Amino acid sequence: MSRGTRSLGARSWLVLVFAFLYIPILCLVVFSFTSGEITTQFDGFSLRWYQALLDDGEIQSAVWLSLRIGALAATSAVVVGTAAAFVLTRFRPYFGSSFFAGMSTAPMVMPEVVTGLSLVLLFTHPALSFLGGRGALAIWAAHTTLCAAYAAVLVQSRLREVDRSLEEAALDLGCPPFKVFFIITVPVIAPALVSAWLLTFTLSMDDFVLAAMLSDPGSTTLPVLIFARLHHGLKPEINALATIIVVVVSIAVLTANHIMLSSQNARLRAKQLAAAAD
Amino acid sequence: MSRRRPFLLRGRFWVGMLPWTWLLLFFLLPFVLIVNVSLSTPDLAIPPYIAPLHQAEDGSGVELVPDLSSFQRLGDEIAALGEDGAEPLYLRAYGNSLLLATLTTVCCLLIGYPFAYHIARARESIRNVLLMMVMLPFWTSFLLRVYAWMGLLDSSEVGLINQLLIGLGIIDTPLPLLYNTGAVLTGMIYSYLPFMVLPLYANLVKLDQRLLEAASDLGARPLTTFLSVTLPLSRNGIIAGAMMVFIPAVGEFVIPDLLGGGDVQMIGRNIWDDFGPNQDWPMAATVAVVMVLLLIAPIIVFNRSSRSEAGEQP
Repeated sequence: MSRGTRSLGARSWLVLVFAFLYIPILCLVVFSFTSGEITTQFDGFSLRWYQALLDDGEIQSAVWLSLRIGALAATSAVVVGTAAAFVLTRFRPYFGSSFFAGMSTAPMVMPEVVTGLSLVLLFTHPALSFLGGRGALAIWAAHTTLCAAYAAVLVQSRLREVDRSLEEAALDLGCPPFKVFFIITVPVIAPALVSAWLLTFTLSMDDFVLAAMLSDPGSTTLPVLIFARLHHGLKPEINALATIIVVVVSIAVLTANHIMLSSQNARLRAKQLAAAAD
Repeated sequence: MSRRRPFLLRGRFWVGMLPWTWLLLFFLLPFVLIVNVSLSTPDLAIPPYIAPLHQAEDGSGVELVPDLSSFQRLGDEIAALGEDGAEPLYLRAYGNSLLLATLTTVCCLLIGYPFAYHIARARESIRNVLLMMVMLPFWTSFLLRVYAWMGLLDSSEVGLINQLLIGLGIIDTPLPLLYNTGAVLTGMIYSYLPFMVLPLYANLVKLDQRLLEAASDLGARPLTTFLSVTLPLSRNGIIAGAMMVFIPAVGEFVIPDLLGGGDVQMIGRNIWDDFGPNQDWPMAATVAVVMVLLLIAPIIVFNRSSRSEAGEQP
């Protein structure tokens, strides 16, 4: 059963790779508390860089914009992604269905410079000026496209496991399909929807390339601002920001995971109860 | 049943329309525009190109004049390959990108396969914690994780790795670790490792333990079991993971820009420079079109493997 992790080699490999993954993040956190100006030397404990962060209006407005775009993009991505997941799991093969399947996952792997460039060409096309050109709206659309692909994958894997007899029973009893969807399917896949929202929100908050290509001077998101600052030299202020992000993301990911796991366990218990009752 | 059919059909139609319309408008149409712009002429207008289909100058209606000069520049680089003093800027970038993406994929697979395998074999309670620990860096700001490596690899004596090596007395003068190909490769392996581990794990965790027991009961040695049972069964996971790393890595821009300095040319940077500072959108579009052509085969392989992977689930 746990033969693999009991052996010394297996354990040390796990430790080594986790060290590789976590040491850089740990360094960011540690040096955010330095009192000096250099990001790689610890000159004594201080919270001055967190104070600097609080006084930095530019960062605050970038955070605010990123949060708004992230929340909107995650919401629209979950809607589009859930619809896509339905098409992929519940529709019988039709003309163009495999093309659709390919197109719905492609944004996940397509290099972001290509997606970004193509969307810039869309939003700056003279015939499409009603889209408003580059700016927050364009970033939202780009993030929705990218995030919907991830949402579709997450929701799809849950939809495949759903016991469809409930839906079929409701349909047979004359319940209209849209009502079946909202009172039966949505509650059943709700944990997947919540975790898809949280994860796509993080994805949108984090995206740099799409946002940078599609931003105009009035729409600087947090990653765009961080990137500009990195080119002007390193400052512990960025470390402080990174530490806050690490904490927030950890809470979001742990929550998403907890929701998924507890619903999985509930299903497992229900199955065991049903089996015991038989 | 037949009474409800039209209703059902209508609902299904609208559910299907939403993602189809979205993807056609924000994924496919933009690609058509890339091809259009790659055949355009650079211009000092907004947007900075003249499309192939445009108003004729003498006012006699529209004319269709595709401008192949951007593709011609790539063709000229290929033609000049053998000559002395040839400076194939774009070809070198393509070559570098493909090479670095391949190296990243191979390293991620070598590190990630045993890693994912041991996580999948761990006790269930531990397994979820370990998986969580892989997910966390995956969702933590990409830009900031690359930034962390700028501090670690810094080439002066305040660089963290240099501080450590000098402190241990292994070296006297700091090593030039940052702003070279090695730094870019390290950053890419670091950033893309979770993309390899997660699909591999998803595949390996489904592996039927009885098959391994059967193999060992029949006298197969662990290595034989691994090569003839585990490895072939995890093929789809390997392909999915490798493509999740390789395809975006070819177009990577941030990592070579922050860790590579001026020396490491990659195709993502060329697109970025032609699009931004050089304001040559037709050239940026051409380079992107060629990159997508190079990546079509891997993308199809990725789609196949991820679909058969999804189909395997109960």
